[in-house]
Formats: sequence, C-alpha cells, structure tokens
Amino acid sequence: MSEVLIVPTMAEMLSQGKQPEVLFWVGCSGSFDDRAKKITKAFVRILNRANVSFAVLGTEESCSGDPAKRAGNEFLFQMQAMTNIEVLNAYEVKKIVTACPHCFNTLKNEYPELGGKYEVCHHTEFLKSLLDDGRLTIEGGQFKGKKITFHDPCYLGRANNVYEAPRDLIQKLDMELVEMKRSRANGLCCGAGGAQMFKDSEPGSKEINVERTEDALETKPDIIAAACPFCNTMMTDGIKNKEKEGEIKVLDIAELIANAQDL
Amino acid sequence: MGYLDNILFAILLILGFGYFYANIKKIVRNINLGADVNRKDNPKARLKNMALIALGQSKMVKRPVAGILHIIVYAGFIIINIELLEIIIDGLFGTHRVFASLGTTYDVLIGSFEILALLVLVAVSTFWTRRNIIRLKRFANKDLAGFPKNDANYILYFEVVLMSLFLLMNASDLHLQNIPGGFSHFIKAGSFPVSQFIEPLFNGVSSDFVMLLNELFWWLHIIGILIFMNYLYFSKHLHILLAFPNTYFADLNPKGQLDNLESVTNEVKMMMDPNADPYAAAPVNENAVPSKFGASDIQDLNWVQLMNAYTCTECGRCTSACPANITGKKLSPRKIMMATRDRIEEVGKNIDSNKGIFVPDNKSLLNDYITPEELWACTSCNACVEECPVNISPLSIIMDMRRYLVMEQSAAPTPINAMMTNIENNGAPWQYNQQDRLNWKNEN
Repeated sequence: MSEVLIVPTMAEMLSQGKQPEVLFWVGCSGSFDDRAKKITKAFVRILNRANVSFAVLGTEESCSGDPAKRAGNEFLFQMQAMTNIEVLNAYEVKKIVTACPHCFNTLKNEYPELGGKYEVCHHTEFLKSLLDDGRLTIEGGQFKGKKITFHDPCYLGRANNVYEAPRDLIQKLDMELVEMKRSRANGLCCGAGGAQMFKDSEPGSKEINVERTEDALETKPDIIAAACPFCNTMMTDGIKNKEKEGEIKVLDIAELIANAQDL
Repeated sequence: MGYLDNILFAILLILGFGYFYANIKKIVRNINLGADVNRKDNPKARLKNMALIALGQSKMVKRPVAGILHIIVYAGFIIINIELLEIIIDGLFGTHRVFASLGTTYDVLIGSFEILALLVLVAVSTFWTRRNIIRLKRFANKDLAGFPKNDANYILYFEVVLMSLFLLMNASDLHLQNIPGGFSHFIKAGSFPVSQFIEPLFNGVSSDFVMLLNELFWWLHIIGILIFMNYLYFSKHLHILLAFPNTYFADLNPKGQLDNLESVTNEVKMMMDPNADPYAAAPVNENAVPSKFGASDIQDLNWVQLMNAYTCTECGRCTSACPANITGKKLSPRKIMMATRDRIEEVGKNIDSNKGIFVPDNKSLLNDYITPEELWACTSCNACVEECPVNISPLSIIMDMRRYLVMEQSAAPTPINAMMTNIENNGAPWQYNQQDRLNWKNEN
C-alpha cells in the first residue's frame, strides 16, 4: 500500500510563516526502531485524518535524555535537555504530543525547571481530546468484540497517573477489555525502564517481560495493547518467548485506532 | 499507695521518658547528617497527605486483610493511650481511677478500651500467624534473616503482654469492686465487657492478694509501656512516630519526576554559553568540601531519604511488588532502606565514640551495604514508591547511587556506556545518524 503521509517539519512551517497547533515529538524509538516506526506512522495517519495541524522537528530532534538520566548520567541528560529546549524555544513551541511515555515524562516533568515549559501530552490523551472535541470518530471495525488487555506503561501510569485515556479509547473500539491481575497503579513493569532496555538483566530466575507476558496471557486476549514503544518491544518478545505470536498481537493504541478504520 | 510509690513512679517516668528523649535526639542528629532539601513548600498538600496517608491509613488498606487488622492495632494503640493519662495521674498523685468522676462517659471509655484491647489481641495473633505459620513470602524473605525477624515478633509479643496486663488489671479491679460492701479504695467505676469474663479467675483468692495482683498488673503495665517506648529506637517500629513527618515531607512531584541536579545545571549552562569564560568562575570557598555527584554514603543523601530509612517498618510491600525482585534479582527495595538505616546507625555510633566528629572508617553505603548489582537491576518503575504505606522512596536512593557510579566512577555496565556514547555522538541511544531521523516518513 503506497501511502502519502503529510509530515511537515517545524522548519518548513516556519518558512511558510505558520505555527502548528501541536508539535509531534517522535522520539528515538519512533524514529529508528522498525516496530515503533509503525506506531509513529499510525499516529500520523490519525492526525492527518483529523486534520490536525502538527509538525515534527525531524533532524533537529534529539534524544530527550531520559535513558541517560535514569542510568545516572545527569550531565548527559542536561546537555540533551538544554539543547532540545533551545530548539523548542526557538520555534516557540507551546504544546507537545508524543507516543513515548519516557519522552512524555521527561519533557513534562523535568524540562520545565531547565527552561522548557510546554503543555505536554501523551498520544493517548491527545487522541482522547480529539475524540471529545468531535474531531475524531472511532469505530471498532475489524477489532469489534475482540478480547483485549491493556498493559500500563510505568511512565504513563504510576509516574504520571494517566490510566483512563488509553482505556477510554479501547472502549470506543467496542472491544472487550479484560484487566490483568496487576493493572493500573499495581501494574507490573515490562522490564525496559530505567535504561534496562539497553543492557542485559542481572542474574535472576526469570526475565521481567516473560513474567509480565504471563500476566497478559492469563486474560486469554486476542490483542495486548501497549502505549509505549519499549513496552511494545518487551511484550512482543515475551509473546515470542511463549510461542504465541501466531495467535496474539501486541499493538499500540494508535495502531488499533488507525487499523480499525483501515487508515 | 504511700509516698514511696509515688516517688518511685516519678523516677520511673523520668528515666523512661529521659532515655527516650536522648534517643530521639540521636535520631534527629543522625537524620540531619543528610544533605538539605526543601520540602517546606505547599503545606496544604503536605498536611493533606499526612492526614490521609499517616492518620487515615489510606495506603494500608490497599491490602485489605493486613490493612484492616493494622487499623485495629493502630486505633488500639492511640485510644488505649488515653488510659495512659489516667495511669500517670494516678501514679503521680496516688489517686485511683481519677477519671471515674466522668460517670457514664468513663464507663463508655473503659468499655471501648477493653473491646479494642481484645480486637488488638486478635489482630496481633493473626499477624503472628502470617509471619510464623503461614509464612507469607514477604515475611519469609531473606531480607529479614536474623534480628529483623525476631524484632518483628518481639513487637507482637509486647502488644500481647501489654493488652493482657491491661485486661488483667481491669479484671482484678472489677473483682474487688464487686466485693459486697466494697473493698478498700476500689470504687464502682467503669464497664468491663471483656475482663468480666476473666474476673472469675480470682474467685476463691483472698481479697488482699487480688489487690496485690491488681497493683502488680498496674505496675507491670506502665513499666511495659515505658520499655516498649524505649525499644522503638532499636526496632523497626519507629514508624508509629515517624510516619507523620515522613508523609508530610514526602516528595509531592509526580512519581516520574527525578530531580535535576543543580550543580550539573550550572556546569552545563557554562559549557553551552559561548561567551562564558571558563577561567572566570568565581573562586569558591576553598575550605568547602567539593560536592560529589550522586551518593556513595549516607551523608550524600538528603535528610528526607535518611528519615525514610528510620521510618521503614520492613513490611516488604515494596519488595513484593518490585519486578526485579519478583524475577529473582538481588535487588530488594526494602533491603535498600534497611541497609541505609544500618549505615546511618554505624556512622552515628562512630560520631558518638569520636567526640562528635565522624572519623572515616573506610566503609560506605555503596559496596559495603548496597552493591552495584542491586542498583543496576532497578527498572525505575516506581512500584516500590507506589506500594509504600508511608511514602518512602527507595527509588530516589537507587537513582542517587547510580549517579555516583556513573558520574564519579564511570562504572556503568558496558552496554550502558555504549548507549550513552550514542546519545552523545548522534542524539539517540542507538547507532543511527541524526540526519536519518525523519526517514520513516518515506519508508513503507
């Protein structure tokens, strides 16, 4: 399927004298990881469909610094943060949306003190607001009646108390949401946070993503919904580990909405 | 009671409260070994936290069985202590049941104390069973090997003894009250819904002996309370006091927000300012100890983190929710808190025995108490912070220690170093060129 995605950059917008409604912060995963790029594109398709005026930084975007900060490298984090803040402030960015809860948390909570004050929202919150404002309609389509379980990303849920937006969107898809025994504030981490994504785990009896995948499998889902590119990777690996990749899909909320409508 | 009793009682009180005060002073001094951190903003939100979480036990009931039983013991502890006021006045002035003049109110009070005392006995027995018979995973955990396990049981035994003495005291009192025509100073006062069933024990015992027993129970009860109070400092049980300041001074920011190190901000700003003259940096106080990035010992942590360590009652909810611990890694958030307290105590003793000055002992919190393996197993998921019924943050200590490992010792695991090099060189944790950041747009 050849598709035309409309993805203006801030630089292009500026040259036309325009200011977008919102900046889409793509993040490293969303830019480079093959699996996460699909989430990025699904989200863009929805933005295009809803006629949202947005732009990306493109090659001017750089790592938010989250993995460096969580690994303990405050220098590198603040270097990244201040460089990004210079770019964002130069474009007079007011509102940012991102599909990565780690970028979301860092931009929202840790940038303000360093001079980067923006309204930051996660893509599930943004999609929910589009829906509430009547700018987006959601139908179940191919997913109607399917059984789904939602894995709360730590940096969205516990870290920032966003539990309902992704669930509200799932409800709109007419899917049967089954909660795992550990969900919302009690949700179990996928194992990727705190820079774990980039290293091997310490010696133990099990991998965290396998433990979490078992939680999800207990609900006998057709689909495991994620709202974080890292969680998505971890859960996808977990499903492969359990040899269930034929039966169960791991999809981002944005992909569910885009795919339901064949966007 | 003659004067001797009153004097003896006063001395006992002074000793009990005096020793307690000395230990409280020691705890305050030790907590102040930590670095400063401003937690005085937004008093309204802080008071609300304290009211809901410490006083209202809102996070305890997330695990209903332990939560509700704990509320019983907690209510028992607070309410029965009203009785302590009467005991102290009686003891000092030689009165007997001085509040009896309250009439019906007094009956209701004593009656409800008795019911609470019984409920406490039931709750404490259940706690003991959970620890020693059912052996819940978080109590059978190796974190608690040795003294911590016994400590937890001692506390339970204390409660049983204190509650039993209270009921026995009332039962013997009731027995003497019921003697036809009255006996000595035992006026009819109070209602005894529980101890009336113990009272028949004294049938057939001489009244004088029952009075002796009554006085013995009374003395043992107050002595027991004083011992319990002074045991607190040596036990994991300080939370009954520290839960209040601990919830008041807890971090109010979203859990995901990690503090930005100010010392780093200043350096990064200078590095990024093209007009900055690196040699123009104002000469700082030469006697000042150069600040360390991150924490390798307790003095590098802030005072709230140190108070967290004293507040921890080792319930292990954090560890039972920790993804690393659940999957068999060495990390246990509870152990992080216990290790921090052990090290604070060690430093405190060092200061005590060196005339108020800490003499370096070639030890540190890092390595001697907490290993890098534990620190690197953390996913920063905040499950431990969410779980803690009194808002302790083991995560903040883990993060500060990682900062030390990385910024002072360059001791990150190799793949972490690679990730950081990538961010430095090409603005992403992987080896992709920043110029390719928008390539996804045209890929199918």
